[in-house]
Amino acid sequence: MTYLLQQTLNALQLGSIYALIALGYTMVYGILRMINFAHGDFFMVGAFLCFVVVTFMQLPFAPALLVTIIGVSLLGVIVERIAYRPLRQAPRVSAIITALGVGIFLENFTLALSPYPKSIPPLIPAVNWTIGGVTLSSLQVIIVFLSIALMSALHFIVQHTRVGIAMRAISWDINLVPLMGVPVNRIVSITFALGSGLGGAAGMMYGMAYPVIDPYMGILVGWKAFISAVVGGIGNIRGAVLGGFILGAVEILVAAFLPSTYRDFVAFSLLLILLVFRPHGILGKPRSQKV
Amino acid sequence: MPLLNVTDVTHSFGGLCALSGFNLSLNPSELVGIIGPNGAGKTTLFNLITGIYRPDKGSIAFGGSELTGRRPYKITSMGIARTFQNIRLFNELTVLDNIRIAHYTGSRYSPVEALLHAGRYRAEERRIIDRSLELLAFFEMDHLSVETAGNLSYGLQRRLEIVRALATKPQLLLLDEPAAGMNTKEIDRLMEFIRWIHSEFKLTILLIEHQMRLVMNICERLVVLDFGVTIAEGTPRQIQDNQQVLESYLGPKNLELGGGLQ
Repeated sequence: MTYLLQQTLNALQLGSIYALIALGYTMVYGILRMINFAHGDFFMVGAFLCFVVVTFMQLPFAPALLVTIIGVSLLGVIVERIAYRPLRQAPRVSAIITALGVGIFLENFTLALSPYPKSIPPLIPAVNWTIGGVTLSSLQVIIVFLSIALMSALHFIVQHTRVGIAMRAISWDINLVPLMGVPVNRIVSITFALGSGLGGAAGMMYGMAYPVIDPYMGILVGWKAFISAVVGGIGNIRGAVLGGFILGAVEILVAAFLPSTYRDFVAFSLLLILLVFRPHGILGKPRSQKV
Repeated sequence: MPLLNVTDVTHSFGGLCALSGFNLSLNPSELVGIIGPNGAGKTTLFNLITGIYRPDKGSIAFGGSELTGRRPYKITSMGIARTFQNIRLFNELTVLDNIRIAHYTGSRYSPVEALLHAGRYRAEERRIIDRSLELLAFFEMDHLSVETAGNLSYGLQRRLEIVRALATKPQLLLLDEPAAGMNTKEIDRLMEFIRWIHSEFKLTILLIEHQMRLVMNICERLVVLDFGVTIAEGTPRQIQDNQQVLESYLGPKNLELGGGLQ
């Protein structure tokens, strides 16, 4: 029982990181119907940016987090501006290929600057609390609470501000929105800023929780987060969060009870089966077009 | 001074000339109708005025400033709003949010203020929601504010589209076939409705319509388009008696009116 509880805590930690990244995929897809395959690499850049400001500027946790979020937000906005916006009217496939290209660029750019894996120095005092045999670390608490806070902020923005209404409107009909007096490009930039910022924050937390960061770390984690978004119902914000936590839980529980090499194999088989029965994802709705 | 001045506008799609050398001048608070067969270039004109298309040639001025080359959202915030032939609402959003989004230009607060629930955020959002509900109440739709727009009946969707256009505080309202899909009785009510918003909101209205009864009854002036050129212009009475108009609508053979096409 305590073992299970312990693993649940680990699952929450991993799940919140997946969920934060999945939000970036889902937001961009939600408004532009485009899959930003460079998003996993935004996550990686977040980890490295954090490493740089902590190692070379000795920033403490909160300022480092702020700089990471702002830096990766800017990266997202710039990438959208120079690489994706010119392709907005182009076939979706071209935009997706561009996104893959941006991802490879970011990986190799980082590799050129830092050929060896790095590790982020401890940023918060490591404290462990043991309650009834279950160990809770200060890092776990921070990761889970910070993720929930960021996700709530995002939820609030999307549901209760004029920018959020504009995002949801763009998702329905991007060509109609300008006729309401809404500058679409600005809303798209804000969307990229928010999504990338969350991805960057996830990169930092991942780097704090796991021993090494390397330029390719965003690939597999990015794929997993993307799959979380699809499982939850891509384009659906609550779905991305749900998908992230589900994937985190499946991975941790599989590793807990089966040989750890089975982890990805079992986790992905389960997700594939789920998609067969819910092709639009758990919370996704098929959007019927009138014929 | 005219509110809208369209001068010598030409626009073509590939080899097809949708509008050629088109001129139109609207005075403040006029109610003008554009008629003409399908494909005459009427909706193209609306798309040019609202900045969806950019004319190949010519100029469009609104209240003295040039519109060509401006982005659609700028043009909307300058005071031009429109509706569509086939209703285009944000079907997945609530009725209230469909109106709230039209207030975008009128609100100013920073994201930080929004997240902290402080400063201008509360006051601004409250003001927008209040104004939206007021506007909905004015059109007897406030009880539907939490309904999803896509679930409304056809007639209510048409009405909501006009309310949404009015929420952007236009001086000029462009109505694209407002009577499409309506029966005689509904058209009667629509005519009253257009007259009412015309005076109540002190609007200048330009409307496209095929329903002759509607345009003949409410428009002060009509412009007849065919194959991208103006073939006639005048009061409804003058248009009714115009040979060329009858021909372009009915073909040269069918001059005896009365019966009509089945």
